[in-house]
Amino acid sequence: MGQSPAAENVPLVEIRGVSRRFGAKTVLDDVSLNVERGEIFGLLGPSGSGKTTLIKLITGIDKADEGTVRMFGETMPKLSLLQRYGYMAQSDALYQELTARENLRFFASLYGLAGSRREERIRAAMEIVDLNDHLNKTVSAYSGGMKRRLSLAISLLHEPELLILDEPTVGIDPVLRRSIWEELLALRDRGTSIVLTTHVMDEADKCDRIGLIRDGRLTAVDTPQGLKNRSGTDSIEQAFIVLGGGAPS
Amino acid sequence: MRTRALAVRIIRQFLRDKRTMALLFLAPLLVLTLMHFVFNGQTVKPDVGVAGIPSAVTAKVDPETARIVDYPDRKEAEEDLRDGKLDAVISIENGKPAILLEGTDPSMAKAVQLLLQKTLQADMLTVQPQISYLYGDEDLSSFDSFGPVLIGFFSFFFVFLLAGVSFLRERTTGTLERLLATPIRRSEVVAGYLLGFGLFTLAQATLIAWFSIRVLGIYMAGSVWLVLLINLLLTLTALTLGTLLSSYAGTEFQIIQFIPLVIVPQVFFSGLFNLEAMNPWLQKLSYVMPLYYGADAMRDIMLRGKGLAGIQVDIYVLLGFSVLFALLNVAALKKQRTI
Repeated sequence: MGQSPAAENVPLVEIRGVSRRFGAKTVLDDVSLNVERGEIFGLLGPSGSGKTTLIKLITGIDKADEGTVRMFGETMPKLSLLQRYGYMAQSDALYQELTARENLRFFASLYGLAGSRREERIRAAMEIVDLNDHLNKTVSAYSGGMKRRLSLAISLLHEPELLILDEPTVGIDPVLRRSIWEELLALRDRGTSIVLTTHVMDEADKCDRIGLIRDGRLTAVDTPQGLKNRSGTDSIEQAFIVLGGGAPS
Repeated sequence: MRTRALAVRIIRQFLRDKRTMALLFLAPLLVLTLMHFVFNGQTVKPDVGVAGIPSAVTAKVDPETARIVDYPDRKEAEEDLRDGKLDAVISIENGKPAILLEGTDPSMAKAVQLLLQKTLQADMLTVQPQISYLYGDEDLSSFDSFGPVLIGFFSFFFVFLLAGVSFLRERTTGTLERLLATPIRRSEVVAGYLLGFGLFTLAQATLIAWFSIRVLGIYMAGSVWLVLLINLLLTLTALTLGTLLSSYAGTEFQIIQFIPLVIVPQVFFSGLFNLEAMNPWLQKLSYVMPLYYGADAMRDIMLRGKGLAGIQVDIYVLLGFSVLFALLNVAALKKQRTI
């Protein structure tokens, strides 16, 4: 997708010494990490640990108080970079009174898609989340799981190189969760890089690399196996307890 | 293109929301109709009790202006005054006429005094002055007089409310954040809102103006097109002000709280009430109120029949308000996304 040769070598997302405070509360404290091309990077942590704040810093919606966030080698926030990733927010940001198709068309237009190309992409994205039969339903008639999938489809519309997904499988039944994961893995195999947050331990096992986040601090970054080896445990859950700073404070 | 996509989306949402459509289009008509019936130009007709007044005098009173009830005794008349059956009692005390007014309604009291004056002067004046009108005519009712202000006010009020609430909802449901995670510019967001809402406010302004002039038969001396123009400018100001203030509200209820702060003071300074008795420096407050300029222009067009040249200052000021609020909107969106 038109990337310069120099951009090939830099990490897709490069976070350096990032801190974010809201008033007196420090939500993120000196976080540094890289997301490499073609991997699924999972941010694992309990709710309130700072995952969503970190996601918002990566997307450029929010700005860090200290440190830098770079995407494709360029410093965030930058308007032109917003075109290059697909984003799925934690809450389903959909227009309830509109149909799924109208929602998709709206967001597709914002990403510069038009005409037959737009309709083609809408079908393709809805195919992935298996919602093509429900295109003309108003979103208010959708179930929670369907809304999640529609949000995912919207993030896929403009075929971004990078997907940023905030809790993509929350509130989705196990069967559907598996099918979404199969799709995410397939997307990765086709070259899409994915950053996602989760608080479900067994999902973390499917990521290529995991960052453990707790109370705003990144306590460890490694492959699932690497984390297990380092902590001398045989599950991510136990590794999280050992590496995440012991018992909950 | 992104601006257009946003405008199309807003229009679609609007068309799905029947209740909001009703609020925008039918509510102003309902209130205007009620106002029309309340202030349709019927003058107050006092009920006056007389005791001991010669019938030669009472016969001079035009029955169109007052209802005269003759009492044999003053006490009896005062009893009825207390019971609310009369507005005033006129009697002779110590050889002089005396009026006892009910006194709770100033307009009624003035009407009785005026009636008395006319009756007494009827004998003295032999030459009646010739009365003519620079603007309006003798049939101009109070509804005609403040109707132009009301037309502007309703456009302003309902659009302010709707714009504020829908922009707030966009923020609280998370769609604004999602929107800002796309490459849309902040100015495109504001422009999209202006375009999408602008279409409905134009339709609303047209409907209100048409209804007032054609159906309610409000006095109209000037051009309908200028009325529409001013109405549109007023609603654009309301739209930009509403979305701007919604950035500082957390809930729909907090939008409602802006009404006594932002809307009600504007009503007082809009020309519905005569400000001449007010402290002069307090009067100057009206210069910062968009509704003042809108109302001023509406009266100039509808009552005085002025053309574009006569209202151009109002037009520039209203445009200035809209541009200012829109720019502040773009700046306020920085709270949601820094770029």
